[in-house]
Amino acid sequence: MTRAHVALAALLAVLLSLPAFAGPYALSVATLVLYFAYTGQAWNVMMGFAGQLSLGHSLYVGVGAYAAGAIFFHYGIGPWAGLWVAILLCVLLGVVIGFLAFRFGISGVYFALLTIAFAEFTRIGFDHLDWTGGPGGMFLRVAQRDTWDIANFRGPPLMYYYSILALASLAFVLCYFLLKTRAGYYWQAIRENEEAAQALGINTFRWKVYAVALSSAMTAVAGVFFAFYYNNLFPEQIFNISRSIEIILGPIIGGLGTLFGPILGAAVLTLLSDGITELLAALGWEIPGVKQVFYGIVLLLVVMFLPHGIWPAVAKRLRVDRS
Amino acid sequence: MSLLQVVGISKAFRGLRALREASFTVPEGDINGLIGPNGAGKTTIFNIIAGVYAPDSGRVLFNHQEIQGLRPDQVCAAGIGRTFQIVKPFAGLSVLDNVIVGALHRSKGVAEARSFSRSILKKLNLDSKSDLPASALTLPDRKRLEVARALATRPRLLLLDEVMAGLRPTECDQMVEVFRELNRADGLTILLIEHVMRAVMALAKHIGVLHHGEVIARGTPAEVVRDPAVLECYLGEETEV
Repeated sequence: MTRAHVALAALLAVLLSLPAFAGPYALSVATLVLYFAYTGQAWNVMMGFAGQLSLGHSLYVGVGAYAAGAIFFHYGIGPWAGLWVAILLCVLLGVVIGFLAFRFGISGVYFALLTIAFAEFTRIGFDHLDWTGGPGGMFLRVAQRDTWDIANFRGPPLMYYYSILALASLAFVLCYFLLKTRAGYYWQAIRENEEAAQALGINTFRWKVYAVALSSAMTAVAGVFFAFYYNNLFPEQIFNISRSIEIILGPIIGGLGTLFGPILGAAVLTLLSDGITELLAALGWEIPGVKQVFYGIVLLLVVMFLPHGIWPAVAKRLRVDRS
Repeated sequence: MSLLQVVGISKAFRGLRALREASFTVPEGDINGLIGPNGAGKTTIFNIIAGVYAPDSGRVLFNHQEIQGLRPDQVCAAGIGRTFQIVKPFAGLSVLDNVIVGALHRSKGVAEARSFSRSILKKLNLDSKSDLPASALTLPDRKRLEVARALATRPRLLLLDEVMAGLRPTECDQMVEVFRELNRADGLTILLIEHVMRAVMALAKHIGVLHHGEVIARGTPAEVVRDPAVLECYLGEETEV
């Protein structure tokens, strides 16, 4: 345990001091890594802990982003208020999906299909919603980028880096403690064997809905971050299924149900794929879709050789707790 | 006083009648057995008591309250613990964590559940294996874990579905001792389905015999094995195999 604590403290120190020696490009890559570490952690609550496969998490990113973005765009109200609207909407959506699925006993791949369906028809809905700009997208006003306007969450890349670092750290701590509580035990029991969990007095329906609600709330926050970091939102992009896949690749490659898995997976994928894109660009080759091919290859290798993900294998080497 | 009353339960699966008007009672503080050839409906009746299926007709009374049609978690909350014939451990969790999941049901928090779970693992001689993942256990140990988890929910009635199957005679006798002790010291009422006659004879005060979904005989072990109807349809069938 102490070894893990030391490693964790060192990692946090490196991340905190990173802006001191990283250039703008490196900082943007690091922001992306942390973004995927955060969303991966959020998705992991549902799949890694409670065993409910969502392939439509772009739904919560998108709705969260559009909710806070539109409130800022139309009324000039910053994301600190919009955040709660985003969370509320996403939890509501998550609970509706969870209720429909779990009440009628839909599970496994059929549940996954349902999550895709919801993400897809929400995308189509936003294509026809003029209030948010329809398919043409919504553009948030970009203020001058050198002052930290915290109330409106406008500022230099450094502000976004530290925000997402705070979010990723909070999510990690939250999940760390959740696993030690009743919820953590119940979710893992449901993941391992739902019938046995129910026989031990767990209202599995209710606890699965809780997992979806928490996961969607966390992902909504990622959506708000996305909106204010990228400043432009298009239904075609934000609700796209490839966005959902990007979210889930990190935890799968890093290690499902583990705390470090989502972080490690996000780092490996983002750093390597950006590295390869850069390398190819430096060689003068611009190959569209190379990132997706790379994701496919990494996923294939991990599934074949490390079916439990990278982290459990690394943890075994370091002789630290596998979680 | 009867803790469990099964009154005229019928259940059919797509026209196959698994249970026909099956009735029996389990007095408080007793150990009772339910025997019968394969396919007699023993596990079906367990699943109906435990809330996995609702019966087509009939009633299940636990502590004089109707419980038929409740969900499994509600049945557990009412005070009935059960094991599964095909063991269902939480394979990825440690042995201790498996039991904690059950203990949390009637504990204020994880710490309380953990210390209670340790005492149960000790009773079942699993305490030396509490940190192993459940997937690393042998079948006899998995059967013990099933019992430990069910006990952790602090039931008044424990339903045991063939927990002796696959155990060696000495292990079987150990298990028998554990149940006797639980029954004697804690007043736990037990209903067991069992193929291992050695265990049923040693444990059960009363036995019900199921055949083709009907209760064809009830009585003490000595009475039941001498009952001509039982000999004909149950023991007779066994020897043909």
